[in-house]
Amino acid sequence: MQILELSALELADEIKKGTIGVTEAAKASLDQIRKEDSKVCAYMTVDEDAVMKRAREVEEGIKSGRYTGPLAGVPIAVKDNICTKGMRTTCSSKILENFVPFYNAEAVDLIEKAGMIMLGKTNMDEFAMGSTTETSAFMATKNPWNTEHVPGGSSGGSCAAVAAGEAFLALGSDTGGSIRQPSSYCGVTGIKPTYGTVSRYGLIAYASSLDQIGPIGKTAADCAALLSVLASYDKKDSTSMKRDDADFMAAFKENPASLRIGIPKEYLSEGLDEDVRKGVEQAAEYLKEQGATVETFDLGFMEYTIPAYYVIASAEASSNLERFDGVKYGYRTAEYDGLHDMYKKSRSEGFGPEVKRRIMLGSFVLSSGYYDAYYLKALKVRAKIKQAFDEAFSRYDVILGPAAPTAAPKLGTSLSDPMKMYLSDIYTVAVNLAGLPGLTVPCTVNEKGLPIGVQLIGDCFAEKKLFLAASGIEKARGAWTLPFTGKETL
Amino acid sequence: MKQYETVIGLEVHVELATKTKIFCGCSTAFGAAPNTHVCPVCTGMPGSLPVLNRQVVEFALKAGLALNCEINQFCKFDRKNYFYPDNPQNYQISQLYLPICHDGFVEIETGSGTKKVRIHEIHMEEDAGKLVHDDWTDSSLVDYNRSGVPLIEIVSEPDMRSADEVIAYLTCLQSTMQYLGVSDCRLQEGSMRADVNLSVREVGSSAFGTRTEMKNLNSFKAIARAIDGERERQIELIEEGKSVIQETRRWDDNKESSHAMRSKEDAKDYRYFPDPDLPPITISDEWIAKIKSEQPELKREKAARYQSEYGLSAYDADLLTGDKALAERFEASIAAGAAPKKAANWLTGETLRLLKEKNMEPGEIRFAPEHLAALILLFEKGVINNQTAKEVFAVMFDGDVDPETYVSEHGLKMESDSGLLTETVKKIIDANPKAAGELREGKDKVIGFLVGQVMREMKGKADPALVGDLIRKQIFG
Repeated sequence: MQILELSALELADEIKKGTIGVTEAAKASLDQIRKEDSKVCAYMTVDEDAVMKRAREVEEGIKSGRYTGPLAGVPIAVKDNICTKGMRTTCSSKILENFVPFYNAEAVDLIEKAGMIMLGKTNMDEFAMGSTTETSAFMATKNPWNTEHVPGGSSGGSCAAVAAGEAFLALGSDTGGSIRQPSSYCGVTGIKPTYGTVSRYGLIAYASSLDQIGPIGKTAADCAALLSVLASYDKKDSTSMKRDDADFMAAFKENPASLRIGIPKEYLSEGLDEDVRKGVEQAAEYLKEQGATVETFDLGFMEYTIPAYYVIASAEASSNLERFDGVKYGYRTAEYDGLHDMYKKSRSEGFGPEVKRRIMLGSFVLSSGYYDAYYLKALKVRAKIKQAFDEAFSRYDVILGPAAPTAAPKLGTSLSDPMKMYLSDIYTVAVNLAGLPGLTVPCTVNEKGLPIGVQLIGDCFAEKKLFLAASGIEKARGAWTLPFTGKETL
Repeated sequence: MKQYETVIGLEVHVELATKTKIFCGCSTAFGAAPNTHVCPVCTGMPGSLPVLNRQVVEFALKAGLALNCEINQFCKFDRKNYFYPDNPQNYQISQLYLPICHDGFVEIETGSGTKKVRIHEIHMEEDAGKLVHDDWTDSSLVDYNRSGVPLIEIVSEPDMRSADEVIAYLTCLQSTMQYLGVSDCRLQEGSMRADVNLSVREVGSSAFGTRTEMKNLNSFKAIARAIDGERERQIELIEEGKSVIQETRRWDDNKESSHAMRSKEDAKDYRYFPDPDLPPITISDEWIAKIKSEQPELKREKAARYQSEYGLSAYDADLLTGDKALAERFEASIAAGAAPKKAANWLTGETLRLLKEKNMEPGEIRFAPEHLAALILLFEKGVINNQTAKEVFAVMFDGDVDPETYVSEHGLKMESDSGLLTETVKKIIDANPKAAGELREGKDKVIGFLVGQVMREMKGKADPALVGDLIRKQIFG
């Protein structure tokens, strides 16, 4: 049996049956990391001894009945902006290069309680700012489908790890598409849950009102199982919500024929590559095959989403990133003359250009005299966007569209034009502004052999409908082959 | 010379007496070893998040309602962004756009009667840590124990006109907060801090002059001196034809002068915006009604009641209610059976005198109310005289002894009407024929001398009034 080719739920089943050991699965993942990660560069940090020690512990725990959950024993990767006690958490930034938290993020505690094995920390765009994982201060992650291409971002390391068989599941975070876009580029499934579903405690903030942690995996069911683990009220996060509908696996018992699907006309207009448009149309066909009704409609407000998003996200980021000052932890410049010189040099040397750009943008829109014209106006647009979605969800269960305007671009082609990079977030950022859940499921492969996923958007708390629609696409599409499947090496 | 009027508004920070900090579970206790009351939240560690302490909202509401404020039943926290090492996130969580309370007032007593000082707003915020400069290594160390201790900032309108009014206002806030139990308001310990905004204008003018803000005022005396100093400085500038610059100034109470810290031009842009980590707070009508129903009697009502219910003078009622602990002691003594007027006399007289002498606060009083009641009874029954009572009280004040036990153990009971007393009187009259003669001739003043002699002979254990009667009886028959 090829362990790595199993889905997370299949692996957990085999572990329960005793046909595969937890240490065996962990070792298979570590072997794959050792074999492939010098090419893919998905991981920032892997502690093999800790992984094997934990695997033995979980093996015992499953035998003794301590770990009984559906994902017990499954190896998982964690994005490097999620705090892990005793293991460095860098946000792929020089400023946190040697930062070792003395506390776990709530999400990390939850996966540990579920008996999962954390393999290591994955590379990302610095502070989750970027769409290619190239703004990492340490290395660029490569797309396992074609290592000349980017994996997307900012959760590029997590998505690439799953696509390369270097993890069965991964935790990502999504502020403006950072789970959904790289999931599309890497041919994996990823979901950004409704805002407030997963605790943000221990997630190093980029934009607090938009950030959500979410699962990345090989199948919709794997993601649903992991989301059932992660969705829990946390009193340490004031924006955390109590949900009594967190059994997301229930979605797979239902029939997608009942779904009413809407495709915003704006999502198929200019700026969209032909292969992606075909992907969306293909997905619509798949859903129709499953009996769902699909139609197009006008959503509205598209032209305002990118500016509103970048104003709000940058404003919050400019404040959230103030704590990185060289005083308490993280990078401090070697030579300085007094406090303010220390601040300036530490931050100038510690942050990369994209982070600095957003800090400056955010500081500007919050400064006195500009606050009303930019920040306040963006908040008003945000409310209008939410209204437009509310209106749409009175008629549709799920909105279908692209996750990104293109398939994965080549390495080195995106950063030179930040404006173009920002505009490529057009299909994902509105979901964060409105606090909605959004899921990317792989749909097709283009002529260049790069995967194309589609995005499913639901109303607040309607994750089950997204899983149901995704399962419909999966059924009609048939088996999905990740790039490492059946190969010696990538 | 022109006549000038001083216009003063105050920003008062009050540290709330909650057990834990505003956004985490760390203790607020004062004086612990550096960085022992800290956690990821109050040290601004990456990924940590604030969770509001409900008690802070409750205390802010109590304060606001007592100061006659309107309540913003939908209020929010905002971030005030500025870099300084005592501020671990480099933003302070405060309230700008929708503060919890607004448009209130207090009434203060001034030389010319009662005056209303309007409250502009009250907002909640977190305190910063403390920087300690280490001269030895020429570096600064930071203690985050105070970081995240809850504060309310009470902002007045520019309604005060003199240092006396400012002190009256601050005293009123202090006593109100103490009665509410929301803060101990000690200026020296920094649990109450006042910034003074001051401008001057010609008498009769309705326009405001340019104001300055004065910081670092650690006592009522420093505040009064700073106000007088700043008033003079501004008048001098105007008289010289120069203009006052809008700026923040730091008062140096040792030098009795201030110096400019920063002017309006280089005032910081704090880039306030709503804190996305904290959802808005909704305050229900029920919550407000509940707090209103639980509000304690405050100083003014209490002082009025002491006058009407116990027949105290306005002066004594004011003294007793000037400190919550003193008023509590007074009421407890009455509950323990003390006559109200006598209890008031002991508390406003000997107690305050000894507190001042020993540099103590009324909150540090040790003697039990029952013991004060017992002491008063001993005196009323004529068991001890006034002088003995004072001596016993001094002992009680230091060590809270039971006065009855103490009096009997130390044999301090008066010899009333015994043979010994009559004999001693006779002895003294015989020994002082000159004085006795003068008394007989009608020089009444001399009786004091004779009583004193008897008391001395009796070692104080006699009732001086009784001694006087006995002397007169012996001489006039």
